[in-house]
Amino acid sequence: MERIEYISKGPSETWDVGERIGKEARRGDLYAIYGELGTGKTQLVKGIARGIGIKDWLYVTSPSFTIMNIYEGDLTLCHIDLYRIEGYDVEGLNIEEYLEEGVVAVEWAERNTWWNGAIKVYIDAISEGERRITITRT
Amino acid sequence: MLILGIDTSCDDTSVALLRDGKEILSNIVSSQVDLHAIFGGVVPEIASRKHLEFIDIIAKEALRQGKADYRDLDAVSVTAGPGLIGSVLIGLCFAKGLACSLQKPLIGINHIEAHAMSIFLERDVDFPFLALVVSGGHTIILRVDEPCRYSVLGTTKDDAAGEAFDKIAKYLAIGYPGGKIIEEYSRKGRKDHVMFPRPMMDDNTCDFSFSGLKTAFINYAKGHGIDEGNMADVLASFQEAVIDVLFQKTLRAARKTGILRVVAGGGVASNGRLREVFQERGGKEGLAVMFSSPQFCTDNGAMVALLGHYYLRRGIVSPLDVKGFSRMTPPGLIKC
Repeated sequence: MERIEYISKGPSETWDVGERIGKEARRGDLYAIYGELGTGKTQLVKGIARGIGIKDWLYVTSPSFTIMNIYEGDLTLCHIDLYRIEGYDVEGLNIEEYLEEGVVAVEWAERNTWWNGAIKVYIDAISEGERRITITRT
Repeated sequence: MLILGIDTSCDDTSVALLRDGKEILSNIVSSQVDLHAIFGGVVPEIASRKHLEFIDIIAKEALRQGKADYRDLDAVSVTAGPGLIGSVLIGLCFAKGLACSLQKPLIGINHIEAHAMSIFLERDVDFPFLALVVSGGHTIILRVDEPCRYSVLGTTKDDAAGEAFDKIAKYLAIGYPGGKIIEEYSRKGRKDHVMFPRPMMDDNTCDFSFSGLKTAFINYAKGHGIDEGNMADVLASFQEAVIDVLFQKTLRAARKTGILRVVAGGGVASNGRLREVFQERGGKEGLAVMFSSPQFCTDNGAMVALLGHYYLRRGIVSPLDVKGFSRMTPPGLIKC
């Protein structure tokens, strides 16, 4: 198992971490993102978008309400948020289809169980402004 | 001219029947229908599957209440986006099938533009005007130059305003819908109890950001604790911060464009304090602010039919292979 840890001192540093993830992202990667409310999950996905070459990455917005947003870059980014859909049948979102075209990033990933190959990203608040971002690949 | 308007962009399945762009013959929203009765107590949970099961029932109900038949329709207008793509496609495909079989025009419209134009269901507004569309899924300022011609002046870069309300309410476990509950608490609270940040106020754009405000709230809650004693004061302060940003950005858009007419729509535009701030402070700044009625602030088929009416009148219809889309093109990237 590979484990990388970053410390972020604010949203723009979280973008930078996301950008590193995005630069290494490959078609078929699924990023399951875990973290409490207000820890910067959407900010991380913004960074991932920047890393995979999505031009309007600054306008990657929270999909809590719409559940799923699609962005076109060097790879397609499918940005999912399970916040509102506890007990939701995730199969209805056709995640496999989006993995064929690019990368899928899922916020509130704890609302579903993911397969072994999923890359898990944990964001923990260690103080008001600081976050520990831990990425584990199996 | 009789137009059927269909919206399945998010949770609700809505179908309305509109005559001549003004007369609403029916406006059915699934959340207002007793679905438990229709489904014998079991309501499907998944949005897109739910739309699939409801759309036919809601459309028939809209026609029944409007005392019309499918054959009476002159056109079918439908939301093509933005929204949850799986849900959008249910309404879009239903509308395509209907238009095709009736041999009538199909108009695939933008849901945000429909919110911006929804005021015309109740009254006329001179062009150009600014439209603030603020809901659980969107926070966006449009400039509407004439029917069917608009541009995006600003949008949220992270959370929508309504989403910030809902998430804070859920965080405090005070119930749903968050906006309404926070508004109720706020009426009893002091707006200046906590000075929450006003994100992106000094950046000279008309864009919004609410995620930092949400984090500031959580930091405050963790640091100071929130109980029944200070709940109303803290929530009133939070609500004031959100509304202050919405107002200041709208005012900035007005100053930048010189357009002083503002319409506000979307679910959050029903908030009483927001209406008060926009009327009072807007009035002092020379803005003429107009609000849709609450029933037309939330997602509804009538505004979709209305926008379809304007497009049809200009001879703009959609091909039967019009595509659904999930999100709005942000400012700077749109070509108008």
